[in-house]
Amino acid sequence: MNFNFKHEWIETNIGLMAVLTMLAISVGGLVEIAPLFFIDKTIEKVDGVRPYTPLEQRGRDIYQREGCYLCHSQMIRPFRDEKLRYGHYSLAAESQYDHPFQWGSKRTGPDLARVGGKYSNEWHVQHLTAPRSMVPESVMPNYPWLIKTPLDISDIADRMKALRKVGVPYSLTQAEYEANVKKFGETVAKQLHIPNAQQSLIEQANFGNYDGDRSGISEMDALVAYLQVLGTMVDFSKYNDDAFVNDR
Amino acid sequence: MSEQKLQSQTVQTTGHAWDGDLQEYNNPLPVWWVYTFYVTVAFALVYWTIYPSWPFGKGWIGGVSNITYVNSEGETKTHSWNTRALLMEDLNKAAAAQKPYFDKIAGMSYAEIAKDPDMNGFILSSGKALFADNCAPCHQAGGQGKIGFFPNLTDDDWLYGGTFDKINETITGGRHGYMPAFGEVLTGEQIDDLANYVASLSGIGHDAAKAAAGNTLFHGETAACYYCHGADAKGRQVIGSANLTDNIWLWANVPGTDSAAGKVAAIRGVITGGLNKGVMPTWAGRLSPEQIKVLTVYVHELGGGQ
Repeated sequence: MNFNFKHEWIETNIGLMAVLTMLAISVGGLVEIAPLFFIDKTIEKVDGVRPYTPLEQRGRDIYQREGCYLCHSQMIRPFRDEKLRYGHYSLAAESQYDHPFQWGSKRTGPDLARVGGKYSNEWHVQHLTAPRSMVPESVMPNYPWLIKTPLDISDIADRMKALRKVGVPYSLTQAEYEANVKKFGETVAKQLHIPNAQQSLIEQANFGNYDGDRSGISEMDALVAYLQVLGTMVDFSKYNDDAFVNDR
Repeated sequence: MSEQKLQSQTVQTTGHAWDGDLQEYNNPLPVWWVYTFYVTVAFALVYWTIYPSWPFGKGWIGGVSNITYVNSEGETKTHSWNTRALLMEDLNKAAAAQKPYFDKIAGMSYAEIAKDPDMNGFILSSGKALFADNCAPCHQAGGQGKIGFFPNLTDDDWLYGGTFDKINETITGGRHGYMPAFGEVLTGEQIDDLANYVASLSGIGHDAAKAAAGNTLFHGETAACYYCHGADAKGRQVIGSANLTDNIWLWANVPGTDSAAGKVAAIRGVITGGLNKGVMPTWAGRLSPEQIKVLTVYVHELGGGQ
């Protein structure tokens, strides 16, 4: 075969060069990302993980609005010191309904992946309002407006619809609701049903009374509800301590 | 001009020409760079063989490096290298190093642990780390607590009991404080009387006449305070009701108030609004029984243990 390759072909044809450049730089991404869609252990098979309830989801929105992720990660790595301080390492399955995930890459404050249930609601309320009243050496800013600001729940259905578009199984139709009942149980499925979103948000806030003030639903209610569910969905006592070793 | 000539003589060009005479120099990479590059390629080949590397079907090639560990069921397992298996191995090693201590702790009574100087050192160091991670955010670094929020662990006053067993029970299962609100059950005057009576129990400045009326209310059926706090007002640890006679305050900020009237007002606030706080989380799932035992002794030895 008399094939005489010349650089000049590429260098003098900008269209060809653009295509070839794109192919070359996409290799790095493709070899790292594409296999994850084919490997069947990417997301561990584990019971209990569910989408956030409307109230928790609003709390998560506030978490992002206030930029908590700038100082707090939500990713416990499989190291001994992290296990001792924070608990079981984070599973990919635990953030499968997070859009975007909050793994983070920087810890000025502690990791929050399993902060749920570690402190009481009143501690969270006081700590978010005035961190140094609880932890004198803390450098966390004060968030005094959270408890004073009523939670905007008017657009909760739209927010859930948006998440549904990217794959979170919030239900709109009766068929989707019934699928959720099978998958998550009736109690949870009710809270994931978009037509009931406002009502179930109000019910959870009133029942939980996270901010200790029954007069209304504040942003504090939502944020504390979110913090209290972090890392609590999987019951690790049901699994051996090496149950997830084979997944990696 | 002469310099340009010199360069064009020693450095090759790529051989292309644009616009008639526009050429491009071809400077090959230094030899040391090229060989370093070949070495990194060789390194990658070795690395791929040892560690997990290429995706393959629904899984991946695990590599020849193995990790052996013992899981919680006591089974010895060997797995190709990954960070989760490595963690198991790490935890095994740590458990082996701590085993003599934890075995000893498991076999000893609390009183024996507290008396053993060797054990005391272990408790002080490991208990301090556990306390800082898990207890200090609420009870503060030294266990001194926070008035209005979290009880002091260094004094003699215990809501739920300060024995080893009770402390262990509290850490393991958590607590939830509760006192009904009397704001709508009693009149303002009655609450004022009760607050004065409670102040009198701790020797705080009060109105004697009101305190006397409060005494009657306290032990009567209208307010029925005695039902929870006991006829002697010393509290009942079974339900976690406070001792009202020892001038130690958690919910009413009496020490932080200067005037006698202010102190009575602080007490009045608690009676009026009641309490539905004092929540201590449960640590059973978060800490191991041995860790809780270490913490129990640590908290007991903070100064107030009974």
